[in-house]
Amino acid sequence: MVEKTKVVVQTADFDVTEEYRQLASDNSDGAVVTFVGKVRDFNDGNPVTDLTLEHYPGMTEAVLTQLAQQANERWPLNYVTIIHRVGTMSLGEQIVFIGVTSAHRKAAFAACEFLIDFLKTKAPFWKLEAGTEGSHWVDARDSDEQAAKMWQKD
Amino acid sequence: MIQVLFFAQVRELLGTAKLELSAEGITTAESLRAALAAKDDKWAKVMSSDKLLVAINQTMSQWDASVVDGDEVAFFPPVTGG
Repeated sequence: MVEKTKVVVQTADFDVTEEYRQLASDNSDGAVVTFVGKVRDFNDGNPVTDLTLEHYPGMTEAVLTQLAQQANERWPLNYVTIIHRVGTMSLGEQIVFIGVTSAHRKAAFAACEFLIDFLKTKAPFWKLEAGTEGSHWVDARDSDEQAAKMWQKD
Repeated sequence: MIQVLFFAQVRELLGTAKLELSAEGITTAESLRAALAAKDDKWAKVMSSDKLLVAINQTMSQWDASVVDGDEVAFFPPVTGG
């Protein structure tokens, strides 16, 4: 039996085509929604050259697995894949992959957004940004906290 | 003993990634925080940040949560992954 939930924390890059192929293998699913987060060239007005992701080994995997379970309880999902990279990544590189499948699109869209919103506020990752001005730890954003809170209202 | 871990800028400001502390006198996450803050001015400053978060045995916790001998307690700033 194929594992329905896949949670991976790795330094290596991931292959979106391969992840999509695995997610889309079940014909009972009518919808596959994927999200990829990348290293952006500017943050808060400062040019960014690379990004280093630190995490809390053990807790990270546990939190991501719990988030996948919560999404599964909330929406009728089939496959859930969460991949998050750690270590140093250059401009334009992929950081995170979220993939969700369901019979219908609404559940898949909602669950994918829920997962990235919660990952950003609950999973123990920290970004150290390097740019022309030196390196600094990225501040948590209130807007991310608000996005996660939106899901708790109903 | 209590295993104490520090991450991101908290680790960087303290210059310490982990340490072991006797569980004597430690009852909650708050009391552990106070014990660490008592080390010196630098520790007092970092441990008094109102943004500091705590996880007990790899679960995000409140400051009044109990801490016992053998626990792993981590201190870190708000998370910024994704």
